[in-house]
Amino acid sequence: MSNLTVDIPRPPLNSFTLPLMAVFAGCFGFVVGNVFAQPLIGFLIGAAIGAGVALLAHSLPRSRRNVRLGLIVVFGLIGLILVGPGALVAGLLIGAILSWAAYWLGSGAYRSSVPTYYTARQTLWHNSFLFICGLVFFFLIAPLIPVIWLSFNAENFFTFTPEMLNFQAEGYSLKHYRDFLGTEEWMVPLKNSLIIAPFATFISVSLGTLAAIGLSQSHVPGRQAIMAILISPMIVPLIISATGMFFFYAPLGNWLEATLGLNQSFVGYVKVILAHAVLGVPFVIITVTATLVGFDKSLTRAAANMGANPVTTFFRVQMPLILPGVISGGLFAFITSFDEVVVVLFVGSAQQQTLPWQMFTGLREQISPTILAAATILVTVSICLLTTVELLRRRSERLRGMSPG
Amino acid sequence: MKLTTTLLTSTALTVAAGVAAHAQDMANDMTLVSWGGAYQASQQKAYAEPYMENNPEVSIVWDESSNEAVAKLRAMNEAGNITWDLVDVVASDAMRLCDEGLAMEIDHDEALAAAPDGTKASDDFGDLIVSDCFIPQIVYSTTFGYRTDMVPEGAEAPNDICDVWDTETYPGKRSLEKRPINNMEWALLCDGVAKDKVYDVLATDEGQQRALDKLDEIKDDVIWWSAGADTPQLLADGEVFMGSTYNGRLFSAIVEQDQPIAMMWDAQVFDLDGWIVPAGLPKDRLARVMDFLNFATDTQRLADQAKYISYGPARESSAPLVGKHADLGIDMAPHMPTDPNNAKNTFLYNYEFWADYRDDIDAKFQAWLAQ
Repeated sequence: MSNLTVDIPRPPLNSFTLPLMAVFAGCFGFVVGNVFAQPLIGFLIGAAIGAGVALLAHSLPRSRRNVRLGLIVVFGLIGLILVGPGALVAGLLIGAILSWAAYWLGSGAYRSSVPTYYTARQTLWHNSFLFICGLVFFFLIAPLIPVIWLSFNAENFFTFTPEMLNFQAEGYSLKHYRDFLGTEEWMVPLKNSLIIAPFATFISVSLGTLAAIGLSQSHVPGRQAIMAILISPMIVPLIISATGMFFFYAPLGNWLEATLGLNQSFVGYVKVILAHAVLGVPFVIITVTATLVGFDKSLTRAAANMGANPVTTFFRVQMPLILPGVISGGLFAFITSFDEVVVVLFVGSAQQQTLPWQMFTGLREQISPTILAAATILVTVSICLLTTVELLRRRSERLRGMSPG
Repeated sequence: MKLTTTLLTSTALTVAAGVAAHAQDMANDMTLVSWGGAYQASQQKAYAEPYMENNPEVSIVWDESSNEAVAKLRAMNEAGNITWDLVDVVASDAMRLCDEGLAMEIDHDEALAAAPDGTKASDDFGDLIVSDCFIPQIVYSTTFGYRTDMVPEGAEAPNDICDVWDTETYPGKRSLEKRPINNMEWALLCDGVAKDKVYDVLATDEGQQRALDKLDEIKDDVIWWSAGADTPQLLADGEVFMGSTYNGRLFSAIVEQDQPIAMMWDAQVFDLDGWIVPAGLPKDRLARVMDFLNFATDTQRLADQAKYISYGPARESSAPLVGKHADLGIDMAPHMPTDPNNAKNTFLYNYEFWADYRDDIDAKFQAWLAQ
């Protein structure tokens, strides 16, 4: 590669940067103005400020860092003085975004990631595409932020108190976390979830993997039909499956209790675990079937040729190769069981109360932020789990030399 | 050493003989169904914990399913798998379950303890035994709470049920329960119907229409709630100016959570809540439930519950025993819906009327809501 760089010309100020920045900042002004019930005036003031920022960035192209820092501080101070400490954060954020946008547009940096021969329209599309991607992430993640924030509420309501908005220490507390970790009301459901989900996952992974392997053999009659039936729990509305399961498992449970003399609570767990295993099977089948597509059948024939019986072949040859599919299917099955509330409400009894059940009734009956604390802990744990699994997977791939990275 | 042990054991056995012979055929697991929240916590502290102290072998599981108790009991009965032992329901649900044969009929005098002065249980509970299957626990009321900091300047604090309709003096949203019961009565009261004529008027098509027309006046200002926790949340958020809910929920928001809310009490509607025993329990579980029930509904236990939540005990003999709040140490009596200061103008939920007209009026109310 040569050091050939193309200088990107600065776009015209009056016909490009200034109006764009005015509209952009006007949108912020509209939102801020809404808080004071004056959206239109807010828009106009915002537009004026945006134009000013664009001018400033245009006239001082070299000292970008200092100008940006100064703008951030000024916006933060405006928020602090006009509204209070809560608006300080909003001011800092707006300052950062506006000053970045002014330099990004004003210096022509928006063209730096596209080839120089791109037309204006192609550049616009490229940047809008990135913007849309950003929005997708925003809408996925943003709803979690108030949940996490409110879980530190010092009050027993889902309310952002003035103390919270002003970042005062007395508005925050860990009492909902104490409630979650310290009471049987939440610890018993957590324990139940941790009993039910792993067993259900184990059953659905074992059965689902075997079913997927069997269904991938071309000589099995009625493959499509069997597949459709096995996947049906995913398609049938959950409430229908749940009602059916309720009436199916009730006599089964009665029989287990009456003839085998099993404990009522044990039978309850068995019923819920079986029901959840059924819900998890389709996920395992789908992921394993997908990995089997890339599996070279001649490997099993080679193994047979060397004298390995089918069981050995499965565990020594086939299983290691389809393991990623099995693991991701297992993860789905685990999450299905761990998150499931409808079926367990029908099939389970109070002894099998799971975490989602407790959250559901808690939300309906008492709207306590303890639910938010529980949700925050669950989100954190699942992020950690998924990260660990992914890191382990990459490590093992690297060790086996399967991935270039 | 061995001798001592044997002696001790046999002494203990003799002492416990009466109890043991009794306890042998009792199941040790019990599933109680209740409403969750502060109410269930009060039952846990006043009934379940002392009972488990006396009977350490018993373990109690709570199921917060009282809201759908009727539907779930029907399904359980159909599947022949009743997993509940004792269910907390409102009186009207108890009547329905009793009519359908899903709840067991109880001989109140035999099953429940007499008052300390020897008054029979049926006399102590009196009129509150509205059904043969129903064992009353508490009297609660549905009433209004309002934000004290949202009362307009110069205006008096709302103290009349018709202030709910007065959106000029008291602007802001109201929250009302998403069902006709109580709302229709309040609407008629504020439309000038005398209190003792309300149900006569409501029994006619014109009367029902009249109530809906009255509700129509504030329809745009109403947020409809379906769970008891909704109104306290809406009030705490300042999203509504006033809203109806159960008085215990408001008590908790005002006194325990220190929110700027006050009670209105005017035209509060009394209702009852209590236990039913599901029909068809196996013998050992039934024996345990009846033992618990006898303990949990005696005079002292009902009075104890009022330490934790501001609902009035259903026994007459419990009323003088109501004391102070367990944590805050304030007198509970002024917070009871039955306190003379709060009960100046009250309304008793008419069970017979709503049993007869509920389906009909429900349909009209839902149709009106959807307009």
